[in-house]
Amino acid sequence: MGKASRKRAKSKTEIAGKAVKNTPRGSKQAKSKKTKKAAGKAARKAAERHIKKAAKKSAKKSLRLYKETKPKAKKAIKELIEEAPEQEHRGLTAEDMALQQRDISVAEFFIKNRHLLGFDNPRKALLTTIKEGVDNALDACEEGGILPEVSVVIAPGKEENRFVVTIEDNGPGILKDQIPKIFAKLLYGSKFHRLKMSRGQQGIGISAAGMYGQLTTGKPIAITSKTSPNKPAHHYKLEIDAKRNEPRVIADEVVEWNAERGTKVEIELEAKYQKGRQSVEAYLEQTAIANPHVSLYFATPEGEKKVYKRASSQMPVQTREIKPHPYGVELGALIKMLHDTKARTLQSFLHSDFSRVSMRVAKAICEKARVSERSRPSRIARQEADNLHKAINQTKIMSPPTDCLSPIGDEEILAGLKKQIKADFYTAVTRAPSVYRGNPFQIEAALAYGGSIPADGLAQMLRYANRVPLLYQQAACAVTRSVLATSWRNYALQQSAGALPAGPLVILVHMASVWVPFTSESKEAIAHYPEIIKEIKLALQECGRKLALFIRRRRKTAESEKKKAFIQKYIPHIAIALREMLGLSDHQEKVVVRQLTDVLERSHS
Amino acid sequence: MKKVADKIKETAGSVRTKIQQKKKPTLLFPLRSLSNVKYRPAVGFLELKGSKKTRTLTVATVKTFAQTLRMMSQAKTLVEDDEIMTKREAYYVSKNWDDARFDEQPESDTVIDDIEAMFEVNREQLGFIPEEKGGEVAGKLIVIDRDPNTGKKLEIDCTKFGSGAYSIPISVEHLKFETNAKFILAIETAGMFQRLVKHGYWRQANCILVSMGGVPTRACRRFIRRLADELKLPVYAFVDCDPYGMFNIYRTLKVGSGNAAHINRYFCAPNAKFLGVTPQDIVDYKLPTHPLKNVDIKRATDALKNDPFVQHFKPWQDAINQLLEMKVRAEQQAFAVHDLNYVISHYLPEKLASPKKFLP
Repeated sequence: MGKASRKRAKSKTEIAGKAVKNTPRGSKQAKSKKTKKAAGKAARKAAERHIKKAAKKSAKKSLRLYKETKPKAKKAIKELIEEAPEQEHRGLTAEDMALQQRDISVAEFFIKNRHLLGFDNPRKALLTTIKEGVDNALDACEEGGILPEVSVVIAPGKEENRFVVTIEDNGPGILKDQIPKIFAKLLYGSKFHRLKMSRGQQGIGISAAGMYGQLTTGKPIAITSKTSPNKPAHHYKLEIDAKRNEPRVIADEVVEWNAERGTKVEIELEAKYQKGRQSVEAYLEQTAIANPHVSLYFATPEGEKKVYKRASSQMPVQTREIKPHPYGVELGALIKMLHDTKARTLQSFLHSDFSRVSMRVAKAICEKARVSERSRPSRIARQEADNLHKAINQTKIMSPPTDCLSPIGDEEILAGLKKQIKADFYTAVTRAPSVYRGNPFQIEAALAYGGSIPADGLAQMLRYANRVPLLYQQAACAVTRSVLATSWRNYALQQSAGALPAGPLVILVHMASVWVPFTSESKEAIAHYPEIIKEIKLALQECGRKLALFIRRRRKTAESEKKKAFIQKYIPHIAIALREMLGLSDHQEKVVVRQLTDVLERSHS
Repeated sequence: MKKVADKIKETAGSVRTKIQQKKKPTLLFPLRSLSNVKYRPAVGFLELKGSKKTRTLTVATVKTFAQTLRMMSQAKTLVEDDEIMTKREAYYVSKNWDDARFDEQPESDTVIDDIEAMFEVNREQLGFIPEEKGGEVAGKLIVIDRDPNTGKKLEIDCTKFGSGAYSIPISVEHLKFETNAKFILAIETAGMFQRLVKHGYWRQANCILVSMGGVPTRACRRFIRRLADELKLPVYAFVDCDPYGMFNIYRTLKVGSGNAAHINRYFCAPNAKFLGVTPQDIVDYKLPTHPLKNVDIKRATDALKNDPFVQHFKPWQDAINQLLEMKVRAEQQAFAVHDLNYVISHYLPEKLASPKKFLP
């Protein structure tokens, strides 16, 4: 730490020095030399003052100082502008601006833009933290081939509006050396560089949660992990160095832990616990629906305990990692791949670094691009790369393999739905895999109707991406678009223009893909790709047809019941009237009732 | 009266036979609307053309069907016991019928009207009487009635009601009349009637005054009809000059209505003539007017298009067209603009001087 900040102080000095040197030269270009000179002097003075101060202070304090000096320097520049109000030229020169220009760390960026990661408000922060923890736990368990058992505990913190969130799994655990980077470095992970279906994608989530906790409470994130019953458990307390995006170890010790293996994460954060539609509870319940092989335990800060039992011991099929399909690759990505490849010829590069490109197809692409198939990939010029990119899209290439996808499966979805929602009718469908932008994906949809689902109001939507429930940004999601674009009136439901269908209905849609195109890093909504929307609609229509059959059949039964009751209500009166008018006996009256009931029940109107 | 009971029994029998044959029973009703009537000058009233609607017993109609049969049974009892029942009472009696009861009186009224039409009798013959009052009479007329309790003959002198008037009973079939009056003047509003009574116009013009109070009730129409038939008196109508006065009031008085076409033969006064107020009177007497309302214009054009009575009489078509062109209407009390008693002193005597000019 000390070394690092001293270094930073030095680099700061260099920048300031440059500014000092550069300012007069810059002023030569300016129209008003005098003012500029004065301005340069002022800037130099301000900078020198700050550098002096910084040098005097101890290295440990310099970081804090730096933060203070930044606004001061800004102020100096601002004053600079204000001091010359009568001058024509009021802007800054490129050199002045250089004062402000420097590196941005990923961590700093996300502290400022935490809403991008789902930490907009205390309520959502709690949900996002738990979501990231649980997603990681489930991914780890499934990759390790272990039926997941995850426990989520929210305990009230010592201060108001603070909670301690503990997420514990029975997964394979994490190697000691990896723990700091996984939990306290943004954009570090196993999932970003590969094309494989998993809940996590980017390697931001859990570190961002830890960082949010650190930011709001000053407390480090605590991790306990054990990889085998024979090995000891490691306990870490970590902070994230926002400036460098590097972990800082606060505590590192070996502890006793009863569990056979697994990982426990503890984060203290400022949050708000609430129930309702976008709550932790809703997230866990929906997770349980789409992941019937998971056993979840949840303790609320109010001391309530909930168990979402496992409904199926069928593990999701392990998916294969695939190479990118050429149709999905963008020009920039292609150029980067050309530079990074280990292949020695263009042909073998195309064959080995992409999926579904045979040597023959590779040669065809090269010919179409008018590039020699034997040229070295790293020597391909930009123009050639452009031609190559165009040629790829003009060549017929087989669709990507789909064994990289692991849909939940209609039976498992039904099991999950039946476990959590009491309805009269369930249906689920798993579509065949399809491709968007070269990425394979698969859509599943399910409907639950009637029963204890509230009948007044609109249908409830459950959206999932790679088995993770999506709770926010419903309006921005491709699933919503598809549901709205489906005409539910064809399926015996009511639907106002531009609205969700009405009635006791739950609509579940799951998108499984090696790369789910989210609209933002907080992974709340699926982007509107036409291929995706089309597949979702087809899945919904298939479910809708089955639902319509059920509703119509039920309506028919209800109508004939009503008809029967109606007939039985009024026929006796006809008989009474006839008896009165014709002087019939009781027996004759009964005969009339019987005969008339017969006549009417046989009729269809 | 026995005949009606037999007819009811016959219909009930046919329903039972159908049921025994395992067929859906049906009831036949004449269609009660202006489209199903024609004007026959020979008889002088709107007559049914004969279109009928069939009510077949189905799941959808089972309730009304049951209600109709029960109401028929009720009518039969009334006729056999020589009892009467108001439509309101009929509605309350139905409350004994459990699920077949009527929820609102209009429902039971419609069923009664259907039965009445089905047997082509008036509802009074079935024992059902209306709540509404019949209208009022003043002038040179002696009505011979019977005391309802003792059965003793009663002579009612309609000149002896002072500033009041004789009230037409709901059933007028048993009444007898004596008079030496020259004509009957049927008046739309009670206000005009009051004025004529107060100043003893009946004495001056030697006539019988009848206040219709809007569209004349069945009893009022029947009363005027019997007076006209038995005493051989002409009937003159004096109503507002607007489509409502002309077609809802006067037309119903003279030729009956589409809704009750099955009984028009008893309930209208075919020899009635339209004394006024005519559209020409508005011009001749410089009457203050009101603009025609949209509903008036619709009523007038409807009459031109659909009313068989209007279609038969050219003078009426001319009168409507004149009114539509003038775009105004006038009330019978509008003569007050000249003098409160202008009606008595000028208008009525001048009009009565030439009854041939009355609209048919």
